Amino acid sequence: MSSVAHRRPLALRIALSGFLIAWLILAAFPFLWTLWGSFKVEGDFFSRADWRNAVFGTLTLAETGAPFTAQGYWGAWVKEAFWRAALNSAIVVVCVVCISLTFGTLGGYALSRSPYRYAFWLLLVALVFRAMPPVTLVSGYLLPFFEWNLWGHLPTAIIVLVAINQPFTLWMLTSFFRNIPKDLDESAMVDGCSRFQAFRHVIIPVMWPGVITTGLFSFLLAYNDFAVTAMLLSKENQTMVPKIASFLGTTQTAGNVMFAVASVVSVTAPLFVLVMFFQRQIVSGLTAGAVKG
Amino acid sequence: MTETVRGLALSALLGATALGLSAGIAAAGCGIEKGRVSIVGNEFPAIQSVAAKAAECAGDGVEVKANLTADHQRINVAGMSARPAEYTTAIIATSSIVALINEDVIRPLDALVAAHGQDIDRNRLITLDGEIKAVAFMANAMHLVYRADILEQAGVQPPRTYEELLDAAEKIRAAGLMPYPVGGVYMAGWNLANEFVNMFHGHGGEFFKPGSAETAVNGPEGKAALEMMGRLASYMNPDFLTHDSNAMQAEWRAGNVALANFWGSRAINLTSGEGSTPEIAQNTRLGGPMTVAGGTTPASALWWDGWTVAKNISDEDALATFLAMKYATSPALLNERTMIQAVWMIPGFQPSAANEGVIAAMAAGTRPYPMRPYMGLLHTALGDNLPAYFRGSATAEETLAAVEAAYTAAAREKGFLK
Amino acid sequence: MKHRTFFWFFLPTATAMLLFIAFPIVSVAIQSVYAPHEQVIVEVENCTPFGCTRSSAIDQEATRALREAQPLGRFVGLEIYLNRGHLAVKELGELWRAAPDLGSFLSRALNLPFYGALAFTLTYTALVTPLSILLGFVIALAVNALPRALRGPTIFFSLLPMIVTPLIGGLILFWMVDSRGVLGAFIQYLAGDPTLSVKASTPLMWTMLTVYGIWSSAPFAFVVYYAGLQTVPQDTLESAMIDGATRWHRIRYVLLPHLMPLTTFMALIKLMDNFRVFEPIISFQAAAHAQSLSYFIYQDLGGETRLLSSAAATSVLTILGIVVLLSPVLVRTWRNFGKA
Repeated sequence: MSSVAHRRPLALRIALSGFLIAWLILAAFPFLWTLWGSFKVEGDFFSRADWRNAVFGTLTLAETGAPFTAQGYWGAWVKEAFWRAALNSAIVVVCVVCISLTFGTLGGYALSRSPYRYAFWLLLVALVFRAMPPVTLVSGYLLPFFEWNLWGHLPTAIIVLVAINQPFTLWMLTSFFRNIPKDLDESAMVDGCSRFQAFRHVIIPVMWPGVITTGLFSFLLAYNDFAVTAMLLSKENQTMVPKIASFLGTTQTAGNVMFAVASVVSVTAPLFVLVMFFQRQIVSGLTAGAVKG
Repeated sequence: MTETVRGLALSALLGATALGLSAGIAAAGCGIEKGRVSIVGNEFPAIQSVAAKAAECAGDGVEVKANLTADHQRINVAGMSARPAEYTTAIIATSSIVALINEDVIRPLDALVAAHGQDIDRNRLITLDGEIKAVAFMANAMHLVYRADILEQAGVQPPRTYEELLDAAEKIRAAGLMPYPVGGVYMAGWNLANEFVNMFHGHGGEFFKPGSAETAVNGPEGKAALEMMGRLASYMNPDFLTHDSNAMQAEWRAGNVALANFWGSRAINLTSGEGSTPEIAQNTRLGGPMTVAGGTTPASALWWDGWTVAKNISDEDALATFLAMKYATSPALLNERTMIQAVWMIPGFQPSAANEGVIAAMAAGTRPYPMRPYMGLLHTALGDNLPAYFRGSATAEETLAAVEAAYTAAAREKGFLK
Repeated sequence: MKHRTFFWFFLPTATAMLLFIAFPIVSVAIQSVYAPHEQVIVEVENCTPFGCTRSSAIDQEATRALREAQPLGRFVGLEIYLNRGHLAVKELGELWRAAPDLGSFLSRALNLPFYGALAFTLTYTALVTPLSILLGFVIALAVNALPRALRGPTIFFSLLPMIVTPLIGGLILFWMVDSRGVLGAFIQYLAGDPTLSVKASTPLMWTMLTVYGIWSSAPFAFVVYYAGLQTVPQDTLESAMIDGATRWHRIRYVLLPHLMPLTTFMALIKLMDNFRVFEPIISFQAAAHAQSLSYFIYQDLGGETRLLSSAAATSVLTILGIVVLLSPVLVRTWRNFGKA
């Protein structure tokens, strides 16, 4: 496309750049604002008097003697042991991504290679499953989970997140596999491989772009989940997002709101790194797949 | 309410104070041999302190853990329905105990109190039909808070009725001191419904027809209560439908409001000066709850917080839980840090200036929040339907009719109404 | 693929979905046609630290016998679906008879909770779905026109609205649009009205939720389209240019058809997500002005007395609503299935 780009008229290029700059400001401003504000005290960042306090740090200066303070970070990470929630989040996210992708690749591959109508119906049913509001699902789980002593443990939350995430994973991976030519694995089977061997030796090596993209969406789902983790995990197994929500609940104790702001920044930081690292893969992954719907 | 009840309410608190001197029970510790204690409750600092105290009972053969979260009402019934129950005790309040009683997941405490709880003040026991359901440990109510300096500048006395409050608000506005002098915990949903309950009490209303689950809010008292709230809202920041207690507290600390009906449990946050200027904090004063429309019953409601013991657990765990919670709400709990966290109904409690409002509410004969099995449904119906009136999209009559219809549909589904 | 092989490949994902989604859906559907038993209420004395009053309580002994005989509750058929909290059939009928004209009928019907929520949800879905896809498309075109060196950082910043937790992203914006927050002050400055407050007005609240919806879901569309653009066959584009096609023609006749399957996929996902809009309502504390079906479920399950049957009925209605909404797209997919 770059050869085409050179031939764009100047006016169009200016319009596109202007639009893009406007969009980038819209997209990034709230986060830059939060990053800046996380080093202020509550009275400044959430000023009820004048938003300019957040810029100049009037109260921060009065309360701490400096224009910036790391109180929020200290409170969240040291006092409230946010690292424990970070650790739980890490466990949940890694497990959810791995299990989701294993189940999803197997199922998606089968759906993409089945010529029968029931494959379509299964996809359709999966879509209807996705229509179920998660709020209902989660409160339905509570009683049986308590009854069978499953409530509060990380594996329970992990398998629930995997299940809730399956429909989306299946849809994405099925379309990726449809784009991998059938001849590839079928010729392997002609050479004497079983279906599973063909999958193992022929498909797995070429499926990574699609899997990585789908994995990133699974990652985001598990990382950002609130509904499931808030209701199904006990205090000591809490992940980051419900932990932040609990900081917001306890405004009776001063400074907790700023703990939440500091943790929001902390939660977003690894995502920055992740996106920087994987952006090429997200794009190339989608390219290989979903394009054909 | 009668004089005797007022006396009772006061003695629950002040009588307890006198008892505190002779309380040497705490030194005995929890006295639990073995068992499991698992607490579920809200995450207020006062409840955090109680749970931390209960955790002291942990040790050889005794396990104590707590799950304190704002979502406690979403998990306590399910958690206590399991066999054995995940939670051996739920810390609840006047309204939230009803769900546990309705679902029959808490056990009567009579036997445990008789055998191990003779030292618990009788006033603290919550009984229903003669059976002890819970043990209360703190009290709360909404009452007036005001800024003495602003009222002085406007030349008005601290209001004792809502009519006087409106008058004061008008004078403050007219004097150009504040555009929105009144603060309110009017967030759509639970908070707004709660303020309606207060105002309805003040107008002498009854929520239900006698001997029936049919609601009686759709009447002259309801209309008057709603219209008074509407008049108050005209002196509030236009965002009032999004103001919960946290927002209201922030407004107060920023010096944006001078008059409000606010929770006693949070008064300390306004007077301590944290997150605020010394000028605002020093001029913040507490009053009792206000009356309205010439009535004598304050437009407020009394609340208690207490603990229960689950039904579906072994007797051993029940005993352990009872003893741990008794210890956690005994004088051993009280120290310099915890003393100011709540209006404790615990021997040895010394009220401070920040508790004046709640004590005044008890002394003024404020009605307790109703503990009927279907009150929760009415509260939800109020919270969902009242905002239409404040948005201006329905009249008071239409709003109350909608409340009644929504409540009736819910009560019919739940089997309270045929 | 043989049925047998298919079964083994599909087994893990099917088990997970059956256990954690299909069973709950079935039990929810059953729950929605049953209601709790009629409660036997007795007048009792209720003593608290504040004195004794007459109160009422459920007679557990009497109610227990009923519960044990029929553990599911009493069968009520579609009563819950038709009651005031849901389809409100009777109330609609009364309004229809009483209303002088169609306009006043509609405005009154929108005061019924279900229809009020439906009005918001459908408006939100109808605006957010196409606009976020369109915005994503334009961003993708713009990023694609950038020199390669600039693309990386641009993609990174463009993704920000999608990767932050909706709950927290919403809360931060809620603060920023406060009448004393930085965006709120900016809006007041633009409107020239220092008393303007987004949180106090229903139309502004709807606008804000919609803008937030578009803002937060445009990056998804952007990523998908940007990837799609990389696969546009260059030779087709070149030959179109040789034939003298204008820039617009190239977009219209080459790019759009190529990206059509992607658009279908996103439309499916986004229609579904937008119809279930929930988190923005909580984080913007918008319940006074805008409600959705998911919000009702949350309310029913979170109140002091939980309305399980009502929540179940609303869930079933949500699923049905989504199926209706998606049916045009699904029919298309069905037709294409054989060809793929």
